[in-house]
Amino acid sequence: MELEVATELGNLIADAGSAIGAGAACMGVGAAGIGLGVLFGNFVSAAIRNPAAADGQFGRLIFGFAVTEAMGVFSLVIAFLLLFT
Amino acid sequence: MATDPIHQFQIERIVPIDVGGLDLSFTNSALFMVLSAVVGSGLLLWATMHRRLVPARMQSAAEIFYEFVAKMHRDAVGGEGMRFFPLVFTLFLFILVANLFGMFPYFFTVNSHIIVTATMALFVFFLVIGFGIWRNGFKFFKIFVPDGIPGLVLPFIVLIEILSFFTRPLSHAMRLFANMLAGHITLKVFGGFVISLGQSAIFGAGAVSTIVGVSLAIVALIATIALTALEFLVAGLQAYIFAMLTSIYLSDAVHPGDH
Repeated sequence: MELEVATELGNLIADAGSAIGAGAACMGVGAAGIGLGVLFGNFVSAAIRNPAAADGQFGRLIFGFAVTEAMGVFSLVIAFLLLFT
Repeated sequence: MATDPIHQFQIERIVPIDVGGLDLSFTNSALFMVLSAVVGSGLLLWATMHRRLVPARMQSAAEIFYEFVAKMHRDAVGGEGMRFFPLVFTLFLFILVANLFGMFPYFFTVNSHIIVTATMALFVFFLVIGFGIWRNGFKFFKIFVPDGIPGLVLPFIVLIEILSFFTRPLSHAMRLFANMLAGHITLKVFGGFVISLGQSAIFGAGAVSTIVGVSLAIVALIATIALTALEFLVAGLQAYIFAMLTSIYLSDAVHPGDH
């Protein structure tokens, strides 16, 4: 009887810990936002200086966006893993 | 009907096949992989059926698609690496069609399982190592030794380069997998918000809370629509990124030491 209560309590604490961890993991998504802001800000400020060359670098911009966004999504996946498994 | 966001990723056996204890069933994942391959190549074959010298609409679209991937691959690898173009094109087409199929309601998103993306990423990884050593011999390992590094830090740099080389297939697979998984979970979660907020209108919880509930449900619906549009963009973008990274990794095999 006490073992069941203890196990139940342990499970509840583990679930609470998972939920807190999932919330903490979402800070990584904000960090990805900072990275994206740096990337696009640099692109826009360079594009305003040299508009003719801007279109040629668009592919590189999209590539940089995708790899930076990936880091944010990795942390989101950790959050989902904690919440749902 | 399950309403949690995880149920959409459940693998279901459509045709159970048991080969001596090995489960080789034809699952919903296999069905959509076959559909992606058939529809993708079928569309291109049908578009280029007539092989007009001056292309009509569909053939022109197919040629633009082909040239888009060819330009990306050529810019990454150069002339010698064009031997890998069929692989890169196939990867791009398959991932693009599979991701777009996942956007339909009740369809299964093939790339939302790590095993699928890891298979493709590991294939590229072993191809890079295999072709690199076959073509370049031990000069292939020059990719771990960048130019212009002072002698003292060289061992550490080489170690870090080797480590980052081995995390390539991990990030390559994870990027596509995580984007598909997170995107579809988000869509389901926001869709669930629309239902749970709109329920106040059905179950009559009093005038004020009904108005608040329904207006928030409409906001959630607009958010779901915006997120669906974003998911379409991500579907195409992630296919492009996977193919482009494949090209970049292959350029390491074709001409190593070009960092």
